[in-house]
Amino acid sequence: MEEKTYLEEVDRNIYDFKNKDDYDYKIKKGLTKEIVEEISRQKNDPDWMREIRLKALDIYNSLELPTWGPDLSVLDMDEIATYVRPKSKLNSSWEDVPEDIKDTFEKLGIPEAEKKSLAGVGAQYDSEVVYHSMKEDLIKQGVIYTDMETAVREYPDIVKEHFMKCVPVNDHKFVALHAAVWSGGSFVYVPKGVKLDFPLQSYFRLNSPESGQFEHTLIIVEEGASLHFIEGCSAPKYNKVNLHAGCVELYVKDNAYLRYSTIENWSKNMLNLNTKKAIIGKNAQVDWVSGSFGSKISMLYPMSILNGENAKTEYTGISFAGGGQNLDTGFKVIHNAPNTSSVINSKSISKNGGKCTYRSLVRIAENAKNSKSTVSCESLMLDDISVSDTIPVNDIRTDDVEFSHEATIGKLSDKAIFYLMSRGLTEEDAKAMIVRGFAYPISKELPIEYAVEMNNLINLELKGAIG
Amino acid sequence: MKKLLEINDLRVNAEEKEILKGINLTINKGEIHVIMGPNGSGKSTTANAIFNNPMYTTVGGNIVFDGEDITNLSTDEIARKGVFMSFQSPEEIPGITVTNFLKFAKNKVTGKPVKIFEFKDEIKKYMEELNMNPKYAERNLNVGFSGGEKKKNEILQMLVLNPKLVILDETDSGLDVDAIKTVSKGIEMFKNENNAVLIITHNTKILHNLKVDKVHVLVDGKIVKTGPQSLATEIEEEGYGKYKAGV
Repeated sequence: MEEKTYLEEVDRNIYDFKNKDDYDYKIKKGLTKEIVEEISRQKNDPDWMREIRLKALDIYNSLELPTWGPDLSVLDMDEIATYVRPKSKLNSSWEDVPEDIKDTFEKLGIPEAEKKSLAGVGAQYDSEVVYHSMKEDLIKQGVIYTDMETAVREYPDIVKEHFMKCVPVNDHKFVALHAAVWSGGSFVYVPKGVKLDFPLQSYFRLNSPESGQFEHTLIIVEEGASLHFIEGCSAPKYNKVNLHAGCVELYVKDNAYLRYSTIENWSKNMLNLNTKKAIIGKNAQVDWVSGSFGSKISMLYPMSILNGENAKTEYTGISFAGGGQNLDTGFKVIHNAPNTSSVINSKSISKNGGKCTYRSLVRIAENAKNSKSTVSCESLMLDDISVSDTIPVNDIRTDDVEFSHEATIGKLSDKAIFYLMSRGLTEEDAKAMIVRGFAYPISKELPIEYAVEMNNLINLELKGAIG
Repeated sequence: MKKLLEINDLRVNAEEKEILKGINLTINKGEIHVIMGPNGSGKSTTANAIFNNPMYTTVGGNIVFDGEDITNLSTDEIARKGVFMSFQSPEEIPGITVTNFLKFAKNKVTGKPVKIFEFKDEIKKYMEELNMNPKYAERNLNVGFSGGEKKKNEILQMLVLNPKLVILDETDSGLDVDAIKTVSKGIEMFKNENNAVLIITHNTKILHNLKVDKVHVLVDGKIVKTGPQSLATEIEEEGYGKYKAGV
């Protein structure tokens, strides 16, 4: 008869392999002034960066945990090591990356994707970037793609002007934490008028248990330039909590274009408290594509600030929460200039008691006349024990706008399941087909290998798991 | 005559309400049967009950298909035995094209791999016969299709999946004359001496080009009269009045 096996965990196979916690240096757990100073010393920070860190620590200590959203009381900073230096320096050839680390990225398909479809790759393992490389012709055109530490050393003026300026240190408690202990991440500079035909991809892998990853991504796309940047992240599962508090700052100048795609597949012991913002100039556009599948708790709300006339932004996001996961995601947009537009498309799927919350802010300032904003969010719950919620905040300060908001929360349609089963599909196949169809408008926006992976993930998640 | 479908004293409830109150119906291979009846008489319930739709509860009787009791089989198992239903309101399924869906379903019902190039040619041929725009093969299943295109797409699926028994649940409703002719043509193409068709309908236009073996009049959950094709014409002219009175 019908077999109903509730899978506690999907077989995350390629993500869950663990390497030995074999580091070059791991700082002791906790968060004190001494620890922050030690990280700064270990990283050979210039004085100005050490000062930013120490000031940020004070701000961190003065701020409260958010009083809204998921309960973060499972996080105990005394149990987190904020800096883990892998047994590898930064390399520009995979041959030079130590075997076990290289093996990890090979399993994740990074070197292969680099050969096939990418213009450059960065790979971070725990707290440091172990590989960075970009195609020769882009270097000649003046494109810079390197790790943040190199950027601090070699382009201090650019970094000083932009670091923690788009996302201010006092934005919230975990931004302050990030600024105090940040390590790794990517720096991208695309000069005026340079358009990249292929994406750059940075991949962040956290292998070390009871630790955190705090990479900083700073991207500057100059006037009329164009870039597609992909970030991927994953970690094997441990019993104790891991923490990810990255920060992404995007500066997209007049007439420029940036597409920022993220696939997050953290293990289900991860707290993912990430902050991302873009400042967007005249006639410029930023498109965010975001897939959130992993983590125990996510609080992730990328933000576009439309500062120039005719600036545009689109957010396309999907989250998929299984049992024990609380994914609180969404988008924020500030319309700060006339004729700006934003399009938000969000979908979420929850099953086996998972919780998905869509949380958003749309602010249209008084001067942003003739602006447009379209919000659509759809949630699908696969059973009666899963939860879905929508919490939009709309702050419209001028009448001269077009604004629409649509939200639907639904369950799998019995009629559609019956229709598909009447064609010979099993219940499982029918449900997977409907869920893939629901996700399709988003998955088609993902980089192809991730779209395939997402469909596999849906199949895996649904296999025998629906009652 | 070889029996294909045998329904014995079938009693079916929908949400505790008794809809079918003892249906008996036998369809042999090679036959076309028609069920007619006023709204709410249980026509669609009969179709859904054959397919064991979980929205309905069978409280008595049984259904034998091709010598096997299928009363308690699941919908997909019944489909894989060779039963097909053309839906009154086909569901829209985003994210999968008509071709890919049919390839998936064909593989499920036959248990064999589908050769994609031959399969595409087959679909193309049928679409031409059904006056369907070939672009629909690459569109998402029923998404944004007009009522008529959805019904034609059901007939396309019938031809491709080639079942033993087809149930057409008001396939002709809401269609114009030309579209009804196309549907009739599809049934003619499908029909042979080894399969059978059960047409549930309100009107007789769909029957004009078909040789119907039996017409059943369903009123208030029971078959009150069975007759030849001429019975359909009689009902079209006179309505159900005299059968209703007899209930």
